[in-house]
Amino acid sequence: MLDVAVTGAVMASVVAAATPLLLASLGELVTERAGTLNLGVEGMMIVGAAVGYATAYGSGSLLLGTVAGVLAGTLLSLVFAGLAVWLAANQVASGLATTILGLGLAGLIGAPFVGTRLDGAPELHVPGLSDIPLVGQVLFGQDAFVYASLVLLALVGYGLARTRIGLVLRAVGESHVAAHALGHPVRRIRTLTVMFGGACAGLAGAHLSLAYTPFWASDMTAGRGWIALALVVFSAWKPLWLLVGAYLFGAVSILQLHVQGFGLGIPAQLLSALPYLATIGALVAISVLKQGRGAPAALGVPFVPDR
Amino acid sequence: MRLRLERQEHVPVLGLVAAPVVALAVTLLVGAVMFVALGQDPLRAFRIYFIDPLTDPWTLQELVVKACPLLIIGVGLAFCYRANRWNIGAEGQYVAGAVAGSWLALATHGTDAGPWVLPAMLALGALGGALWGMIPALLRVRFGASEILTSLMLVYVAQLGLDYLARGPWRDPQGMNFPQSVTFDAAATVPLLLGEGRLHAGVMIALVVVAAATVVLGRTLVGFAIELGGSAPRASAFAGFDERRVTVGVFAVSGALAGLAGIIEVAGTIGQIQPAISPGYGFTAIIAAMLGRLHPVGILIASLALALTYIGGEAAQITMRMPFDVTRVFQGTLLISILAADVLVRYRIRRVEGKAHA
Repeated sequence: MLDVAVTGAVMASVVAAATPLLLASLGELVTERAGTLNLGVEGMMIVGAAVGYATAYGSGSLLLGTVAGVLAGTLLSLVFAGLAVWLAANQVASGLATTILGLGLAGLIGAPFVGTRLDGAPELHVPGLSDIPLVGQVLFGQDAFVYASLVLLALVGYGLARTRIGLVLRAVGESHVAAHALGHPVRRIRTLTVMFGGACAGLAGAHLSLAYTPFWASDMTAGRGWIALALVVFSAWKPLWLLVGAYLFGAVSILQLHVQGFGLGIPAQLLSALPYLATIGALVAISVLKQGRGAPAALGVPFVPDR
Repeated sequence: MRLRLERQEHVPVLGLVAAPVVALAVTLLVGAVMFVALGQDPLRAFRIYFIDPLTDPWTLQELVVKACPLLIIGVGLAFCYRANRWNIGAEGQYVAGAVAGSWLALATHGTDAGPWVLPAMLALGALGGALWGMIPALLRVRFGASEILTSLMLVYVAQLGLDYLARGPWRDPQGMNFPQSVTFDAAATVPLLLGEGRLHAGVMIALVVVAAATVVLGRTLVGFAIELGGSAPRASAFAGFDERRVTVGVFAVSGALAGLAGIIEVAGTIGQIQPAISPGYGFTAIIAAMLGRLHPVGILIASLALALTYIGGEAAQITMRMPFDVTRVFQGTLLISILAADVLVRYRIRRVEGKAHA
């Protein structure tokens, strides 16, 4: 039975490691399906982590911390929306600026909390289900963020494919000129999707600092926001594939930690580089397989109504 | 009342010069708010941050030393951004160049190798950076993978590689277990300009780079192909310029310059290999390139301005116990303001009567 318990624990940690990636990439997927490429994910995520931690530490409430993290991510996303959507500035540069600003703000906000710790979000056990060997441990012994990420995945998947809102949103992402001619408020819709992306990135950050590693460190996102961006490309803009991608990356990052633990003589730095190398590999593989199909046609193109 | 953006037919030259100045002013305003929020007297903070460093000869040297890598990397990035190719991994190419050049410094350490060592190191540094920078370009033209994300991922890989070398094979055995290499020999060190202080000859190389880039970008067919590939890709294809060659070319140039900046920093300012050799120069140089209007001379001025935020940040850290992140906030705000100011120059804001939808 020991093997089942160990396997279960490892798989549960994979799910936990994948959750911030899944949350952030879900938000970015919605943003990109409406035609905006937001490279500010890393910045919005770390601001969510810092504000979430500061609020939870001050108030003693993890729930308040989470809400604050989500709000912080959303607020920063508005800076990006102002530049990229309303001023039609270059989206790549605007996103980079958002990330640089976010990293700085998060460092300022988090500075007083360096070296402190919180009791992380508790695991929520479902009576009965949690006792199933393996499955129970992996799926029903997780914290609230994990459940939230799966619910959100279902909502986004259904919403994009099966609702009127989803249809309009995709139309805006495929051809903003046509959507505009039909009377849809292109820039307002894009702003809302950017805000949704910011909220999701903030939630992902809050998961990092309130549950996954319940302390504050200025580099705690470690490029996860960028990996989330790559996952959206990997998924070919299909929500369900985000789940596959995020859990694969969770597996790679947990695997390299365990291999480091065994001490096989492989340099630790090489193992730490694996998730980044895997991201490059995944991007190349998906580009070869999909030849760029699946990307929203108007992705990255700014919209100015009278042109 | 509604506001609407309208593209201007002729962008006034005055506006293009004024935009960065306006952006700087806005950044200072935001900075004042930030200082008040941090419970500091904004006037005192501004003096320590932006005025004091300019009054002391030692910090003036330091200003130029810090502007040097920003300038060299930023000029390289201008090649990419003019061609509308997004290399955001200059930090990784900087590290790759530093590693490639340092290999020779460590291989010849303790031998009486002649004065050829330093030029060879610089060449190796540029080569290492160029090769590292060509990886995302080749993945782009060969497979269609996004150069934005792959170039950034390679930053983490390069930094981890440097970390491994500094703690592993290249660590000085007599170094009390500190993760750093031996100090480079004199033949492998960029000489000082004034005989003392910190100002090294790398600054002269940076100026040569500025002059060369100004000519290449402004006066040659290569510069025209780059510019056209960015602003009108279809016209560029009809004119017979190969889009793939432009992509690989601009990444190679910007990688080479970032690598050159890396080896100059290690052989000039630091003098040995250690796990951290950059306070984010590769990312700050992106701002320098934008703020300098993608023009080498503009980037020269922008690099000095950004170097001031580094020096001021260090001073504020020591005298006011402010976190160094203040500098990052300044830099982020500066990039946001310049992007916004740019739009307001290129477009006119019109009041629109009646109801228009967004």
